[in-house]
Order: sequence, then C-alpha cells, then structure tokens
Amino acid sequence: MTTDVVLSCEGLVKRFGGITATDHVNLSVHRGARHALIGPNGAGKTTLINLLTGVLEPTAGRIFLQGQDISQLPSHQRVRRGLVRTFQINQLFDGLTPLQTLAMVVSQQLGLGGRWWQALGQGDQVTKRCESLLAQFHLLEVMDQATHELAYGKRRLLEMAIALACQPSVLLLDEPVAGVPAGEREELLQTVAALPADVSVVLIEHDMDLVFRFADRMTVLVNGAVLTEGTPLEVAANPLVREVYLGQGDTHG
Amino acid sequence: MLTLLFDGVAYGMLLFILAIGLSVTLGLMNFINLAHGAFAMAGGYTTVLLMQHADLPFFLCVALAFLLTALLGAVLEATLYRRMYNKPHLDQVLFSIGLTFMAVAAVDYFVGSTQQLIQLPAFLKGRTELWDGALGMGHYRMAIIIVCAVLVLVLQGLLTQTRFGAQLRASVDNQQVAAGLGIRVNTIFLTTFALGSGLAGLGGALGAEILGLDPVFPLKFMIYFLIVVAVGGTSSLTGPLLAALLLGIADVAGKYYLPKLGAFIVYSLVIVILMWRPQGLFTRGKV
Amino acid sequence: MSAVTQSLRLAAQPRWWSFALWAVLLVLPYALPTHALLISEITIIALFALSLDLILGYTGIVSLGHAAFFGMGAYSAALFAKHIHPDPLLGLAAATGLTMLLGAVCSLGVLRGSDLTRLMVTLGVALILQELANKFDGLTGGADGLQGVVMGPVLGYFEFDLYGQTAAWYALVVTLLVFIGLHHLVHSPFGFSLQAIRDNRLRAQAIGIDVNTRLVTVYTLAAVLAGVAGGLQAQTTGFASLDVFGFDRSADVLLMLVIGGTGWLWGGLIGAVVFKTLHSVISAWTPQYWTFWLGLFLVLLMLVGRERLLRPWTWRRNI
Repeated sequence: MTTDVVLSCEGLVKRFGGITATDHVNLSVHRGARHALIGPNGAGKTTLINLLTGVLEPTAGRIFLQGQDISQLPSHQRVRRGLVRTFQINQLFDGLTPLQTLAMVVSQQLGLGGRWWQALGQGDQVTKRCESLLAQFHLLEVMDQATHELAYGKRRLLEMAIALACQPSVLLLDEPVAGVPAGEREELLQTVAALPADVSVVLIEHDMDLVFRFADRMTVLVNGAVLTEGTPLEVAANPLVREVYLGQGDTHG
Repeated sequence: MLTLLFDGVAYGMLLFILAIGLSVTLGLMNFINLAHGAFAMAGGYTTVLLMQHADLPFFLCVALAFLLTALLGAVLEATLYRRMYNKPHLDQVLFSIGLTFMAVAAVDYFVGSTQQLIQLPAFLKGRTELWDGALGMGHYRMAIIIVCAVLVLVLQGLLTQTRFGAQLRASVDNQQVAAGLGIRVNTIFLTTFALGSGLAGLGGALGAEILGLDPVFPLKFMIYFLIVVAVGGTSSLTGPLLAALLLGIADVAGKYYLPKLGAFIVYSLVIVILMWRPQGLFTRGKV
Repeated sequence: MSAVTQSLRLAAQPRWWSFALWAVLLVLPYALPTHALLISEITIIALFALSLDLILGYTGIVSLGHAAFFGMGAYSAALFAKHIHPDPLLGLAAATGLTMLLGAVCSLGVLRGSDLTRLMVTLGVALILQELANKFDGLTGGADGLQGVVMGPVLGYFEFDLYGQTAAWYALVVTLLVFIGLHHLVHSPFGFSLQAIRDNRLRAQAIGIDVNTRLVTVYTLAAVLAGVAGGLQAQTTGFASLDVFGFDRSADVLLMLVIGGTGWLWGGLIGAVVFKTLHSVISAWTPQYWTFWLGLFLVLLMLVGRERLLRPWTWRRNI
C-alpha cells in the first residue's frame, strides 16, 4: 500500500440483527482517484458510505483517513478533516435559501460557525466563495428562493454545491445524477468532471456510461462483500461481474 | 405488602387497557393523540349517567361505554383525525390538546365539576383475605384484573390469529408496502382507532371507582398514559403491558411508603429511563 | 457591492417598522399609565414566548415543559430578593445562573429520542419542579406561594411605583435588550446552523456541525431567557406561586407562538398581545368556558394549517 492512500477501510463489517449488510470490506482510495463503487441494488453501497462517514457504527473493522484511524471519530469531525459526502435523496435545508445555505456552510468551514454576534456573510471571504459556488452550480438566479420551492434539477445542484462548499479532500458521491432529467445531467456531470485533481472522489453509480467515462478504478460490491476490484476494463471483462449484472449462466435458472 | 402488589397489579392492568389504544395509534398512524384521556373520560361519564338515569346494571353500562366510545372514536377519526396524519407532531399535539380542552369544558358545562361516584354492584364491594390478612383482595380490584386479563388475551388473539391482526401488524411495520399489498389501510386505521378509543372508554368506566371521575380526568391522567407508551414502546402488546404494570406497582408502592415524595419518584424514574433508552424499555432497536 | 453581498446584508438589517414598533412600545407606559401592569404582564410573557421560539421555531425542539425554567427563574429571583439582596439586577443575575445550570442539565434529555420522548422529558421536568416547590413549602410557601417580595430600586435609582410604570419600563428594556441580542444571533452563522438542525439534522451533521453541542448551547440559552422572564415576573408582581411551573403556562406560551408565528422574532410579541386580547374578550363573554373556545380555536387552526393563520384567503382550500 502506497502512502498515497487517502481513504481506506480494513475488514469493515456491519450487522443488523441477522443481516450482514457489510461483509469484511477492504477498500483503498488513492489521492486524486476517480473511484467508482458499483453493485446491484441492495448490495450495501450506501451502507458502506454511511459507515465511512460515521452515520453508522461498524460492528467490526477500521477506517483510515489520511493515514489516521478515524473509526471512533464522530461524523462531524470527519467532515472537518475533509471527508464529505452527498446523498442519493437530496438532503437540503428547506427553510433556507441556497445563498443562506451555502453562506452558512462556508462560514462553518472557515471556522466562523460559532459566531453569534456577527451577521451571516459579513466577511469578504465568505461572500466571494459563495459567489463562485453559486456561479459554478448555476444557482445565481435562484439564490434567494426558499429551497423547498426549487425545481428538482436545481435541488440536485445545490446538494452537490453544499458538499463542495465543505472543501473536501475526499468526496463521496451517492448516485449524483439519480432522478435528474437527461437535459440537466450534463451540467452536473461537467461539474463532477471539473473537480480539482487533488480531490479524491468515490462515486456510487448505476449508469455504466458515466462510470466508464469517469472512473479510473472500480470496486464491485455484491451482498455486502467486495466481488472484485480493478480498472474499468478489467472489471468489465470479469465473467463473475457479467453474471451478477446480466444473470448469465445456470445459477439463475 | 402482598396487598400492595395486588393493588398495584390491578392499577397497572387498568392503565394498560386505558393506554393501549394510544400506543397502537402512535405506532400505526404516527399520531400523538393527547386527547386519548378524553375518550376514557367519556366512557366513565357514559357509565355514570346510564346507571343514574337508566338504572342499568354496572357491567352492562361498562359494555355500552365501550361501544359508544368506540363509535365516537370512529366518527372523529373519519372526520377530523384523518386530516392530521401527515402533519408535524407539534400540530398533532396542539390539535389533540384543543380537543381535550373542548371535552373538559363541555363535561364541566353539562354535568358539573364535582367528582362522580359510581354505585358498585353489591358483589363487587366485598373483600377476600388470604394468609391471615397478608393478602387482602378487594373484589372490585379482582374483577378489574380478571376483565383486563381476558381483554389482554383477546387482544393478543386478535393480533396473532386473525386476518385483521395480520393486516394491522403489516400496516404498523410498513404502511406503503401494506397498501401495495392491497390492505385497506384507511379501514384499518378507522377500526383500530375506534377499538383503541373504545378500550379507553372501557377503562374509564371500569376504573372510575379507583381513579376518580371529574372533568379534569384527561389532563390528570394523560401523563400516565404517555409514560406507558413512551416506556413500553409502540411495537408490541407486552411492552406497554409490562410498562403499565411497573408504573401501577411503583405508583401504589410509592404513595404508601413515601407519601411525601408522591409522584416525584415516578416522574424522575421515567425521565431517567427515557434518557437511558429513548426508544423505551421494551422495544428493540432505534425509535 | 455584488448581488450576493447585497442580499446577505439586506437580510440582516432590522426592518424600519421594527424600530417604529419598539419606539411605540417604549412610550406605552407613559402614554397609558393605568395599563402599566398589563403592559408588564404582556411584555414578560412575550419574552417567555421568545425564549421558547429559540428552541421551537429556530431549532425544532418541541417542548411542553418550558415553564420549568420560567418557574425556576421566578422562585430564584423571589428568594434572592427576600433573603439575600433586594436589587433587581442582582436578582436577575441569580435567576440567570440557576436556570443556566438547570437548562444545561435538562438539555441532555432532549438530545436523543423521538418527539414523544422529548415531550415526556420536558413535561416531566416541569412536573417534578412543581412537586418539589410544593413539598419544600418552608422555603417556597408551597401552595400559598411566596409572598411579600419587596424590590429595591432599579440601578439604585428607579423605585418601583404603585402604578407599575417603573416595572413596565424595566420589563420592556430587558426584553428589548434580549430582542437585540437574539436579532444578532438568528442572523449569524450560529443562528442559521440552528435552522439547519431544525430542517435536516442528518445533513447538518454531514456538513461538520456538532449538533449535540449546538443543541445543549441553545437549549441552555433558551432556559436562561425563560428564567429571566420568570425573574421579571416575580420582581414586578412581588409574588411567586406554583402555577409558574404549570402545564397551563407551557401550553399558553406554545399557543402564543402558534398564533404569532414561529421562527421570527416578532412572533412571541404579537402572539402574546393577540392571545391576551382574545382571552379578555372571550372571558368577558363566557367567563367559565374560555377553555372550550380556546380548544375549538386550536382544533380549527390545526386543521386549516398553522402557517395560514395570517393569510385568511387561503382558508377555504383545505377544510
């Protein structure tokens, strides 16, 4: 293992009662990676993300970020160390406007989150960063509308913008284009493709075109366990993978 | 001391019958119904009024209380409660508090604010002593325990052996899937709410002698019902049953041994329990 | 100035009518001297409502027992004045200190669990305090209440007069100071993080907000403000009784917020005024059955939808 690994887990297990949702998963993500995580529905991809970000507590196993063991670290601390995720179903702050949301996140990220006496967006730093994020995600026109009034495409963009406002070093994207109409996908995909090279990205995705365009490495998850891992070409050529996805062979008779 | 235990069990069984409707409503419709005590009060007053004016025997009145309160519950569910299911909990709380206030004021207006006394039939007024008086069992409390125990068995049977019970359990588990399977969720809600309210009315009628009956009954006892549900959970029958028994015994014993501290102990215990296990003592997993 | 900066700056500015309303309020005890006591009463309740809105409207914590802190403040201030020192500001400081402790401890109870659990815990604490105040009647006067609280002059100069004018101004000034402080708070990053916690606790955690610490902080602050309101109550009326802990009080203030609107600073004040007016109008009509009409109002309001109270043209849509 090179020292260039930014995020990894060893022997990660999660059991719910009798069900093993995550089965001794080993994963390592190197710096600047574009790492795709694929697998059939119910394979445990989102559970893995939840474990890595600290939303769920693992039954066994360890997680490392930038070489440090973060298995016991509360999730908000992991975010502060640069591990940020997006959600498959938009998790937004419906009562706030996109501007307020991003200004708050940026303030939080700049360490101004605890200030109670100074109005939001007082500093130039905050406003400049908000401006660039809003522009980048095409949210300038709707920046003062309440989030619950936004169209789905804009909500999805905001979902991503929030994550980027956190200045991630490792970004976990959970099906970023899920439910986005074809016309607006390009917008979103361009943004994902334009992410800085030193940000490491793990992408859960079902769309194989996207995966092949984007990923330099793939991990296939089936029934909570890693089936195989490698470059997209290697994985695509793997007969086991074809079986899982296309149901070839007598096993599904 | 055995007598205390006996009295506590009787009180606990009564609390269970009173509170089970609340537990199921919360578990099924995710609705915090603080007006549940008002149904109990309705049952109590129905019995009192029927006995006083129609001169009907006690147990018949209790049965009628059950039926009439169930009917009341059904009507209210279909007209009012149904519109509140998807609203935030705060709105539900305020709505049911509003209903309670209306019920309390209405009863005060029509019947007056004095305590209502029930004339128990003669055979219930006696007392049996065992073991040289170590265990004194009032016949009234014995009747309560028997009736409630029978009801618990009936409820358990209803839940596990009937189609309705299966549909109810499915709906509690996952409403969307249940509806997808063709279960008429609206009918289940209506029937369950009516049943729960009816049981509350039955409890109010049966227990009027022990608990007292006056217009502020719903407000006085609401906290007890909430305790049974919060501690016992909403996903089983046994959880609330055990919680109710614990509460009944703790309350009776507390009032006897430490009368100065009164309800203080019960409230503190509940808070400690809820802080330690917010999902309740008897449920598995998260809330 | 860019559009972004403009938008943010504009949002944080107090509206002109805020200043105007406050100017009117501050003049009221002079303009309506015979109603000074009523003015104090409404101001104090409004402050109490404001403290509840901090946790209810801004942070999303449902509490049925906020009166626990109001009562704690009332009895602390009353006892302080009686046994230690009659200076009102010192008394408020005492009330603040004690409610801060109580609030911090109680905040641990609202961190986990469902809405029902939170309801139970908050309700339970208020009931326990009421019981305690009742039992320790040597100290608190029990069911008769604590009487004969005589206050010294405010800032050593402004004596409490029989009409209650000083009391009214005292209450108004304290409330204004709190209002200004809260205005800064709710427009700050901290304030917005509270709303984030209210709207989506999961995402708030996922952007690096330490939700539990925030909750403890805001709950303690709300408790302190409620305690200040309670302290003012005891100091301006010279009296403290068990009903300061009562469920009625917690429910009434909840109602005021619902009427005036949650999540904005004027909600508590407007709600308090409307509630008190409704109460006196309806009580004059049918003195005993205020509870009935209140209940009916609540039921209808909830059916129609809280946020539509101030927009009557939307009522027909849903009934």
